[in-house]
Amino acid sequence: MAKELKKVDAVIVGTGWAGGITAAELTKKGYKVVSLERGKEQSREDFIGAKDELKYSIRYDMMQDLSKDTVTTRTSMDETARPVRNNSHARIGNDMGGASVHWNGVSLRWLPYDFEIRSKTIERYGESKIPENCTIQDWGITYDELEPYYDKFEKTAGVSGEVNPLGHKRSDGYPNPPLKTTPSIELFKKAATNLGYHPYRLPAANMSQQYTNPDGETINACMYCAFCEEYGCDFGAKGDPIVTVLETAKKTGNFEIRNESTVTEVIHDGTKAIGLKYIDNITGQEFIQPADIVVLAGFVFTNNKLLLKSKIGKPYNPETGEGIIGKNFTGHFSNISTYIGARGFFNDEKWNLSMGTGALGATVDDFSGDNMDHTDLDFLHGYEIRYYHLGQRPIDNNHVPEGTPAWGKEYKEKNLFYHNRNLIIRAKTGFLPNRYTYLDLDPTYKDELGDPLIRATVHYEEQDIKRAQHGVERCKEIMTEMGADIVDLIDVPDDVKFDHKFYTNHFLGGAIMGKDPATSAVNTYSQMWDMENLFVLGGSSFPHNSNHDPTETIGAFAYRASEGMITYLEGDGGLLVEAKQTSNA
Amino acid sequence: MTEKNNSTQNGHDPSRRNFLKNTGLVVGGVAGGSLLGGFFTNQSRSNDEGKENTETDSKNAHPARARMFFGRYEDFIVLAHAAELIFPKDDNGPGAIELDVPYYIDKQLAGTWGVNGDDYRQGPYTELEKLKKLKDDDKANHTRSNRGKIFLEGLRKMNAESKKRFDISFDEASEEQKSEIMSDLENGKLEMKSIPSEGFFALLKQATLEGAFCDPLYGGNKNMAGWHMKEFGGAQMSYANVIESEEFVKMEPVSLTEYQRNK
Repeated sequence: MAKELKKVDAVIVGTGWAGGITAAELTKKGYKVVSLERGKEQSREDFIGAKDELKYSIRYDMMQDLSKDTVTTRTSMDETARPVRNNSHARIGNDMGGASVHWNGVSLRWLPYDFEIRSKTIERYGESKIPENCTIQDWGITYDELEPYYDKFEKTAGVSGEVNPLGHKRSDGYPNPPLKTTPSIELFKKAATNLGYHPYRLPAANMSQQYTNPDGETINACMYCAFCEEYGCDFGAKGDPIVTVLETAKKTGNFEIRNESTVTEVIHDGTKAIGLKYIDNITGQEFIQPADIVVLAGFVFTNNKLLLKSKIGKPYNPETGEGIIGKNFTGHFSNISTYIGARGFFNDEKWNLSMGTGALGATVDDFSGDNMDHTDLDFLHGYEIRYYHLGQRPIDNNHVPEGTPAWGKEYKEKNLFYHNRNLIIRAKTGFLPNRYTYLDLDPTYKDELGDPLIRATVHYEEQDIKRAQHGVERCKEIMTEMGADIVDLIDVPDDVKFDHKFYTNHFLGGAIMGKDPATSAVNTYSQMWDMENLFVLGGSSFPHNSNHDPTETIGAFAYRASEGMITYLEGDGGLLVEAKQTSNA
Repeated sequence: MTEKNNSTQNGHDPSRRNFLKNTGLVVGGVAGGSLLGGFFTNQSRSNDEGKENTETDSKNAHPARARMFFGRYEDFIVLAHAAELIFPKDDNGPGAIELDVPYYIDKQLAGTWGVNGDDYRQGPYTELEKLKKLKDDDKANHTRSNRGKIFLEGLRKMNAESKKRFDISFDEASEEQKSEIMSDLENGKLEMKSIPSEGFFALLKQATLEGAFCDPLYGGNKNMAGWHMKEFGGAQMSYANVIESEEFVKMEPVSLTEYQRNK
């Protein structure tokens, strides 16, 4: 029997950027907030001396414990899904601070095109340009409306950067100058410039100098120690929720985090959420935490699973195209969006590749979103070309030119010779939603509590493949210009299928936002249309995936949602925006 | 029964070997055990020009250089030779054996990794025929068998194959003979029950590289020689002052033992 606890103003699932920002904003206003986190408690002290590649990058110590809960995958509706069994294929964030603790720190804004993708596509190319099964839709908000929240996130996380020459309106510059540069970054920039492109430094939540954010939290200067992505920071030098928003919330005295608390259900009466039911992982005791507002700020799989399990919103049905929950699942899938491009091997150059940090690098935006003319192209949206100097650790980096034997004397010789003499540039592509890529509950496999696992059906459309191939060609062009002696392509075959890997934490959709309750689950304040005191935040609310990383946009929408929650709590409830019928259903 | 009682109390009893020999129970195991010691120490001796002579004295050997997972010496010596074949000693520096890769793998298999303790382990699993269609690095994740069992099956298969083809055990086979078996393993031509053999090759290669380049705290990468060969800095405190350098900056690698001692 679940024990019912004393009601609070807000109860939140998850302590990553989305949940952390919400907790900070509400507690600063005096509201009592409880955050439920299924992972362990963490602090900066946990990461002192955490420079252990085997533990963190190979055995994935900071990632979700798949023995308890995972996801099943398949590439089409007529297949039987199989579970992702090992973290080498699903590096999903876990523990206090979530994926935001071990993120690289890439802090990019999305494009004006992204938020009005359907209207802008029709305006420029006509409706016939949108492929048949492509379910893109406007988000119900414009870049200009979101811009102040982007600015707020950049200041909280302390982003170090330089202004994108092809970027859009900004109310302010970055709070910190760009990180230090390196010879290989300069080589990439020079080659891209020679080809007429416009490279700029990746905006980074790794601090170029010691920085104090508007909430008074100090973040230290980055040491470029190369143990960054997949690691908690040894120096408190990465903008993450532990050193910023969670700390800010704690200082108010209005905040409580309950770790080892796995939320199993949203308790509701059909129109309003009452609270969250959770289980204490240590004792097995069940609790209900009632609250005036309930916030789901878990990862995309968690949010969708809780909505489906709690029977909130209508589940998406790919056969009919009806329903919402689970719809428009997208992501940066590794073999079509992130781990593709060109690797160059250089015989006469040698770089300091032991060094680096998570978002140290440069990128090219000439092909992002709708920056290039798609009239003669057989795809929509685009890609960045990116070079990272994140530190080439030795177990994970054993690159030899194609045609080299996979073992033995020649393998060892080339592996060692090229270790500091190879560079990879990647095409980071957007991924547009389609009718047959979605989330639902798996009919066979269960989590440790006996509940169904989330099932991801991921189908690549032709335009996704063409977009990726186009990107790989640009990578080849730039790598050749950089002067590599050997250029090997990490290519995308015409018949490529989803590889069942969730390498990044960039997976989105399922509880998407919009203007029209018929085609969206939440409004642009992340408020559920069907349940006004339930807010569903994070990547699950994104109707498609841009080529830019999602974190900063998740942060911006969390600030906007917090503003909405405060309005809701201060007022008499009700929906924060008026529902509108749209024609793009 | 008698021999069981004896063996529990005679770890240092020189009569144990004679006893076992006389009872006809074991020959290779015990004799081989000392051979392995010789094999390992000879390698490091020749490399370090006698500086590590103390290792030949078992009292001074590193305590982690004992088998935790592998019961049979016979399996362990096949592992040692297989790892060395993947990452051999050459002019650049030591190979897998001198780097203590076999002991690293032994410890990993004895722990969480060997029993897939962090993995999702509910059935149904994927059948052998369907495993063939998965990526090599995913095959070992989807079989019912765990990593420890896959290693034992794979190593014994390699040894059996050597005996069948060349009438000699894998560790005593020539470089060419061992390479033939390794190629067949890599190309899925050795028949295994738990997994297509290319899946075991992927696992073996991954574990070998881990042992060559992990922090020495795990028992591999002996003397940080793997990092020296890659000119990798290890757990350096900071590169802030040198990262902008136009020149390659060579730094003495730092282990976590050293790094954490300074904290």
